[in-house]
Amino acid sequence: MEISARDARKASSQSKQKRKISKIVIHCFIIALGVVMLYPLLWMVSSSFKHPAEIFNSVSFLPSEWTLDNYTQGWAGVSGYTFGLFFSNTLLIVALAIIGNVVACSMAAYAFAKLEFKFKPILFALMLITLMLPFHVTVIPQYIMFNYLDWINTYYPLILPKFFAVEGFFVFLMVQFMRGIPNELVQAAEIDGCGRIKTYWYLILPLSIPALVTTMIFTFIWTWNDFFGQLLYISDIKLYTVALGLRMFLDSAGESAWGPMFAMSTLSLIPLFGVFIFFQKYLIEGITTGGLKG
Amino acid sequence: MGKFKLFWKDNGIGYLFLTPWLIGILTLTAIPMGASLYFSFTSYDMFNAPTWIGFDNYTSLFSDPKWLQSVKVTVIYVFFGVPLQLAFALFIAVLLNKGIGGLRVYRAVYYVPSLFGGSVAIAILWRQIFGGNGLVNNILGKFGIDGINWISTPSTALYTLIILMVWQFGASMVIFLAGLKQVPIELYESAKIDGAGPMKQFFKITLPLITPVVFFNLVMGIIGAFQAFTPAYIVSGGTGGPLNSTLFYTLYLYQKGFTQFAMGYASAMAWVLLIVIAIATAIVFATSKKWVYYQG
Repeated sequence: MEISARDARKASSQSKQKRKISKIVIHCFIIALGVVMLYPLLWMVSSSFKHPAEIFNSVSFLPSEWTLDNYTQGWAGVSGYTFGLFFSNTLLIVALAIIGNVVACSMAAYAFAKLEFKFKPILFALMLITLMLPFHVTVIPQYIMFNYLDWINTYYPLILPKFFAVEGFFVFLMVQFMRGIPNELVQAAEIDGCGRIKTYWYLILPLSIPALVTTMIFTFIWTWNDFFGQLLYISDIKLYTVALGLRMFLDSAGESAWGPMFAMSTLSLIPLFGVFIFFQKYLIEGITTGGLKG
Repeated sequence: MGKFKLFWKDNGIGYLFLTPWLIGILTLTAIPMGASLYFSFTSYDMFNAPTWIGFDNYTSLFSDPKWLQSVKVTVIYVFFGVPLQLAFALFIAVLLNKGIGGLRVYRAVYYVPSLFGGSVAIAILWRQIFGGNGLVNNILGKFGIDGINWISTPSTALYTLIILMVWQFGASMVIFLAGLKQVPIELYESAKIDGAGPMKQFFKITLPLITPVVFFNLVMGIIGAFQAFTPAYIVSGGTGGPLNSTLFYTLYLYQKGFTQFAMGYASAMAWVLLIVIAIATAIVFATSKKWVYYQG
């Protein structure tokens, strides 16, 4: 009896040990793969502080001599237009796109989630279909329309559509969220004399802040990274965004200026990274909403 | 009260809140879709009025070697990239889900490439990494291997872009992780008692229970990959080269529509893309009845 108990204890401590070892192995593997994944990024950042000659023939991580030349050279930009201008242009577009998406998508989502009206199921189905629609089937007539309005080479084509809730993903995300707000709350607000508009403003919007923040973050990232739209509609260097500035840099400087290009590329990723660090929770929620509750 | 007044009384407030979206879907989606369908049957250069040519755009697609090439490139990209990306995402998600701790940090590390992936900056980085003097060849050089210029070699250029897509497996990994959390832990415990090893547990419990998430990731991955543009544009300098080996479908559409102003032709291309994506999605949906397992 005693012996078998000791055996059992021994066996269990052995299996515990085995589990511990397997955990360590997994950790090592995940860390190693993580290093491989991040290596290109870290290498780019460190290269942005290297002298040009060193970028080409060194795999080594740290610069042998740190320099900020790439940053000053890169920041000077092209044809007298600095990356400072490109950054402020991009920020302007991003800020307006965020406002547009939050306002228009939250209004549509409130209607779909909390209001009753005729043809709602059909319209909701339409909204879901737009989620899957490749934008290429609309982009050519849109371009022609914006051209007709004389809006090519302005920010209108990049911003105005957001004020009309064209990104169904956000409407969908907010509908999912608002459905979780208890109807009793909405009814209580109405009994207290809130009309539908006041209910939206004083009850639904404040309660939906997590979904609104998620929308802001994704709008930020997508607009910041958007290249196709900016390439299509903006040709005047004065109006260039960071993405277009980088592209032009690549064209004009060619392969000779990797250092400055890496410096500006690094700078262009910092806002994304910052948003990610501060709002990780909302970002992860946003990614999983579609996948699990949809 | 008139009919309209009655309608407005019941539905007005709903439509009031829906107004921006309604205007959007009408002017920026519905009407443009109709217009692009119409243009696809015309020859139109934006400067002269469109002339009706029937199915000519569609039929000439199939005798356009560049179009056929762009289809080939895109299909290879989707068929290799998407499954590889999902396999990686699932593999890492399962490892991270083993209760090893440090989940938040690891998840962040693996997600970062997805966050940056669509940017011009990363495409520029890729162009350097796989270039002749690039990082990859520098590393290979340490082992005494002379690398080729991966970007300017037609047989390898596309695969550098597939690697870029696989590198961005973080977003689907996050969704897999959330799915894995919903698998009841008791199932694993009883399986352990029955003597099932880790492999058996994965294939008999984990995989069947997360098939809905696999399905979602697969559909989203396919839709996204068919529309990829930025990496090919930047890495090839807008040409789709070398020898059209990275001529993505969307890149060719861009060239046709916005550098050659063949708007009718590009519209036809857009509709074919829509149909192909719809068919691909429909196939996944149709076969999903056989392999997606829904609880309850």
